[in-house]
Amino acid sequence: MTDHVTPPKKPDVLIIGAGWAGSIMAKELTEAGLHVTMLERGHDHSTAVEGAYPESIDELRGAIRKRLFQKLARTSLTIRNHPTQTALPYRQLAAFLPGEGVGGAGLHWSGCHFRTTEDELRLRSVTQERYGRNFIPDGMFLQDYGVSYQELEPFFDKAEKVFGTAGEASSVRGQATGGGNIFAPDRSDHFPLPPLADTFSASLFRKAATEVGFHPYSMPAANASQPYTNPYGCQMGPCNFCGYCSGYDCYLYSKASPNVNILPALRQDKRFTLITQAQVLEILLDDDRKTATGVRYIDLTTQSEQTMQADLVILSAFQLHNVHLMLTSGIGQPYDPVTQTGVIGRNFTYQTITSSRVWLPKTHFTNQFVGAGGGGVAIDDINHPGLDRGKAGFIGGSPIWVNQAGTKPINAALSSGGKGAPRWGHAYKTAMIDQYRHSLSIDAHGSNMAYRDVYLDLDPTWRNAYGQPMLRMTFTWKENDIRMNQYAVQHIGQIAKAMGATKIALNSLQHGQNFDSRLYQTTHLNGGVIMGENPKTSAVNRYLQSWDVSNLFVIGSSAFPQGLGYNPTGLVAALAYWSAYHIRHTYLRNPGPMVTA
Amino acid sequence: MTSSPSHPTAPSRTALSRRGFIRGTGALSGSSLLSHAAQARADLKTQQARKAENDPARYVPRFFTAEEYRFLCHACERIFPEDENGPGALALAVPRFIDKQMQTPYGQGDLWYLHPPFGNGPPELGYQLPYGPQELYRRTIEPINTHCLMTYNALFADLTTTQQDEVLHKLEDGVLQFNDIPGAVFFEQLRTNTLEGAFADPLYGGNDAMGGWKMMGFPGARADFMDWVNQQGAPYPLGPVGMPPNVAPYGPDALHDEED
Repeated sequence: MTDHVTPPKKPDVLIIGAGWAGSIMAKELTEAGLHVTMLERGHDHSTAVEGAYPESIDELRGAIRKRLFQKLARTSLTIRNHPTQTALPYRQLAAFLPGEGVGGAGLHWSGCHFRTTEDELRLRSVTQERYGRNFIPDGMFLQDYGVSYQELEPFFDKAEKVFGTAGEASSVRGQATGGGNIFAPDRSDHFPLPPLADTFSASLFRKAATEVGFHPYSMPAANASQPYTNPYGCQMGPCNFCGYCSGYDCYLYSKASPNVNILPALRQDKRFTLITQAQVLEILLDDDRKTATGVRYIDLTTQSEQTMQADLVILSAFQLHNVHLMLTSGIGQPYDPVTQTGVIGRNFTYQTITSSRVWLPKTHFTNQFVGAGGGGVAIDDINHPGLDRGKAGFIGGSPIWVNQAGTKPINAALSSGGKGAPRWGHAYKTAMIDQYRHSLSIDAHGSNMAYRDVYLDLDPTWRNAYGQPMLRMTFTWKENDIRMNQYAVQHIGQIAKAMGATKIALNSLQHGQNFDSRLYQTTHLNGGVIMGENPKTSAVNRYLQSWDVSNLFVIGSSAFPQGLGYNPTGLVAALAYWSAYHIRHTYLRNPGPMVTA
Repeated sequence: MTSSPSHPTAPSRTALSRRGFIRGTGALSGSSLLSHAAQARADLKTQQARKAENDPARYVPRFFTAEEYRFLCHACERIFPEDENGPGALALAVPRFIDKQMQTPYGQGDLWYLHPPFGNGPPELGYQLPYGPQELYRRTIEPINTHCLMTYNALFADLTTTQQDEVLHKLEDGVLQFNDIPGAVFFEQLRTNTLEGAFADPLYGGNDAMGGWKMMGFPGARADFMDWVNQQGAPYPLGPVGMPPNVAPYGPDALHDEED
């Protein structure tokens, strides 16, 4: 049992967090011949045990009682909309759902596996070049990543091959395929698997979007469309559209996860050690505070405090925890919104998702329980670089899609009604059943920019079970992103009409609307330890190496300066492979800062 | 649940020893036919006993007091009433589900961050009370009944359905507040647990006979739609199956209600 191994006295590398980022780094660094110990605060998870049918597809225990998610009783965070408010604890999981245990959020994700547009990685430069400096609103912290799409391309490709991603390329080595997303940048290779089949709802969207003049494509999904063996020798079975992806651990080995796609190979490597139930409290520093010496953690099985030393520390916990651990360890200057100095907690962003609903005639059953988490049909007409933002009046963009991921009845019942419609009683019941049988949803899944007064810091009042101050989130929706979302949602109306809708309920963000922590939004949280080219405005360099502590790398969506239009996991994985490549080929030969500040 | 004694790969000790016993008597009497008949009779008897024990109408709550449970039965039924669509909360054994949930870590509030201090803020910042679900019910049902006595001169359960709906609306709209518990917070707890009980696997005591799933057209734990990804909008043809031990037969018959 990994819970009770005797860990090596001093591994070469300590990795904090066993999600996608940590597992990729562990695989790469053991391949480089290093001894790697990975610390995970939660339990181990495997498909054969708690991921097995039928227990794994129990909605009450799964998505409702949050089996795979963070145990808030031990630690949470506080939330407020504006810096003048008192933040209050996030006491019940709702708006976002960080994972816990081996696999992290990579075990309960849906499997939407995108790259990025070329523009998103250098959004400040692109915006200035095209629309001028004044187009950037006052108080928006628009920044470049410091790495280009071309530089990341081999790592996007590698991640897709490890994840067994199903999709259709548009352009491969300069050759158009005639299919796929015509706005997507060129690729070095095809997706390893062909796209998943369209559900009925997705097929209607594809047809209607084409009729309206948009350019639909199959969403890239890390849900295997065929049996697959990845470069690590890990095997996946074909997805049967059971609909238990988001919030669940795929019982069919079809959805990519660290548990299925990386750990089976890693666990066989003698240089690799996994310690579960190890809650890291602090990254320890040398007296000069420029070198990490190891970590301090609580072994939750014995409730005893431990320290472990290493030459290299990889912080690859969930985005919120990466920021929290940087703050509690005193690494990097905390961001101060008044003086606008400091970097840790800066550029905290989210994702603007709104779901609109389309009802079909009673003769059409959408069978919403059928689905694949990453599957569906999307358009990038409101997301691609060529869209004239000057005319549209916003920075950013929003893919629009039908992503029928499998709607289970408790969730369907809880979310039915509202906005003037009854939420209980006879009329509710009739409408809810009709909605479940005959409707579908179309999402605007958009970007979210960074702002001066949206950030993360430590809460002055509330503490976690280990006595540490909890993280404090200051977040609300801003005008630019509300305009962007409304612009995207207008286009959903056109498509819905072409689908033959009998009723359409468009849903967009409203001006003045505050972020509501009670309603599920998404777990796509970004920033706070962002990458960049300037240590005054970023916490890690283009290789995700801390500017302050050169033997510390911080991997994850915490590195994103802005929230993407797409889902974040594809970029998280590519950045992990990019960072690992440069650690292997540059850092290990000559440890020290890889970029001169 | 992984510990379910009736999991097919983990036969219970009683099942094993019963088989052993039957084999033994069969050998003694020399008639295997008789032993089969005896077993069938024994099985029927066990089944009937279990049915009586599982009868939602005869369920004795373990967490709720009798008066609280009477409130719960009536309130749940108004939230999710029996109508032409199908069974309501009572027929689906939703109150039994809620009582059972109160005895779990969830019911005790162990899934929530309930550390002090407790403050007030705008609703967008979420739930801020020091109570888990058990406490929310315990601290609210009696004051609601008191409110009903003062307003209508009767307990909630004894009001007309119109009056009951009036009270529920007052809770939902936040008109009523009981000490530190806003009516709307209690209402959301009640609505959430009611709908969970209507649609959770029958394993948890609600969704009796998978009646909630049948009404919705949800096929339960089938979880294999390889051949139904896109059938051009045709309804899915098979009825639901539950987690063991509630597995119903496959085939079109499963669409219709059957004795379980």
